[in-house]
Amino acid sequence: MQLTNRSKVVVKKEMTLMERLYLPAILAGMWITIKHFLRKKATINYPEVKRPIAQVYRGMHVLKRDEKGAERCTACGLCAVACPAEAITMIAEERKAGEENLYREEKYAATYEINMLRCIFCGDCEEACPKEAIFLTDRIVPSEFLRNDFVYGKDKLVESVSQRVDVSVRQTKEVANFKKDNKQQHNINDLKQFFKNALIKH
Amino acid sequence: MESSFIIGKFILAACVFGLSLFVAMYSTYFERKIAAFLQDRLGPNRAGPFGILQPLADGVKMFMKEEITPIVSNKWLFIFGPSLAMLTALMTGAVIPWAPTYVNGDTYFPLQVADINIGVLYLFGVVSIGVYGIMIGGWASNNKYSLMGALRASSQMISYELAMGLSIIALVMMTGTLSVREIASQQIGWHWNVLYQPLACLIFIICAFAETNRAPFDLPECETELVGGYHTEYSSMKLGFYLFAEYINMFISSAVISTLFFGGYNFPLIYNYVTDPFWVSVVGFAVMMSKTLFFIFLFMWVRWTLPRFRYDQLMHLGWKVLIPLSIINIVLTGIGMWLTDKI
Repeated sequence: MQLTNRSKVVVKKEMTLMERLYLPAILAGMWITIKHFLRKKATINYPEVKRPIAQVYRGMHVLKRDEKGAERCTACGLCAVACPAEAITMIAEERKAGEENLYREEKYAATYEINMLRCIFCGDCEEACPKEAIFLTDRIVPSEFLRNDFVYGKDKLVESVSQRVDVSVRQTKEVANFKKDNKQQHNINDLKQFFKNALIKH
Repeated sequence: MESSFIIGKFILAACVFGLSLFVAMYSTYFERKIAAFLQDRLGPNRAGPFGILQPLADGVKMFMKEEITPIVSNKWLFIFGPSLAMLTALMTGAVIPWAPTYVNGDTYFPLQVADINIGVLYLFGVVSIGVYGIMIGGWASNNKYSLMGALRASSQMISYELAMGLSIIALVMMTGTLSVREIASQQIGWHWNVLYQPLACLIFIICAFAETNRAPFDLPECETELVGGYHTEYSSMKLGFYLFAEYINMFISSAVISTLFFGGYNFPLIYNYVTDPFWVSVVGFAVMMSKTLFFIFLFMWVRWTLPRFRYDQLMHLGWKVLIPLSIINIVLTGIGMWLTDKI
């Protein structure tokens, strides 16, 4: 299959005198490099200047709290089911009396871990979440020395009460419309199908 | 010889020494900057504004690194190698006229450390000692890669010295002198030797690239085949000396090219406007330095454009192309001089 018309058939022929002199070719090469000398540089001075990212950029996750500061996540496990990379695990627990200010509903995630090395940042967990608890943000996952450090627990994922993480940037009009769309039910429908199949199997 | 003359020469020698080191130091910075610019990058820009303190940082790094002397090496020769390379590199600057002779009434002071009447021969002599630094270093390391690198370096330098010397013979025939100062002062105005001896100039520049072990002739330290070539076993400032000697050689080679072929401190018309003896020296020095810096840039420009030669290609170019060409050039020069009744 021909992809471009830039390919050339190589002919092994005797070089002409001009070619054997090499000097014209060397000068041509030097002309090319000197043109690059004056060209605009491709480098971005990273810490000072940052590369612009898309408005809907999908970066590090956040587990949101509600307005009163209680965790929204109910450990339903839909995100873990939706995750194509199987990066999410969690252990659910029942809310005890007196913990109403910590967890919004009767069930919560005692542990919630995302393996950032497995995660492909597709955003399916965010789409699957019925409680608007997990969001992807424009933050970048920092580098670590150890593999274990990439397994993010609730300490890194849940936003702190005092420093809320703004996720509204990613919620463009298109995204909001998409979420209102009835087709968004496909998550639930798929899940119903999944459980039906599981029941039939057993 | 009065004492003020001797003191003046001492100061001048110290200045040339300092200048060589300073230019070599900043050559490392500009090498990286130019490499970056030619590859659409920015280069070092963290140490100081635009990274101009980078050479200092590099120097400190070199001194702080652990110094390793291999247990199987020959201790004294291992130290002697880089010292010799550095010594010969710094010696060559002595015969180069950096500016026109300072003449003010009776005061007469040549701005050249040693005006010897065989300056060109001195240059060649010192440059050919330079190869011993590399050879001894490669031998003393007791390492196969180092030895291969040293072997390549010596054969390459010997081959290209021949063509270099032959190309200079044509020049010497024309100028009728071996004194570098006289060759420089003969090229007043536009009478640059490159216009009369273009072929000799081209051969000389190519050989200068080979002599300084710069790309495309950097086979002695060819990383893809020989790890680090002759300085594989070297670390810390001993390695620094080798690298530094290369940059000093590059600076001196550029100065020699501009003196022998590109008029040295001469520039057309400029001395019609500048007559004050002090400013004549300053302008002459500026002209000389700008030519030298241009050739340093050329060295780097070529390095970051051309790929490395293969070893057989290198030998082919040296023995079968450059040496015959320079012999032809000598014959042509002789015929030309005969026709124009110069002999």
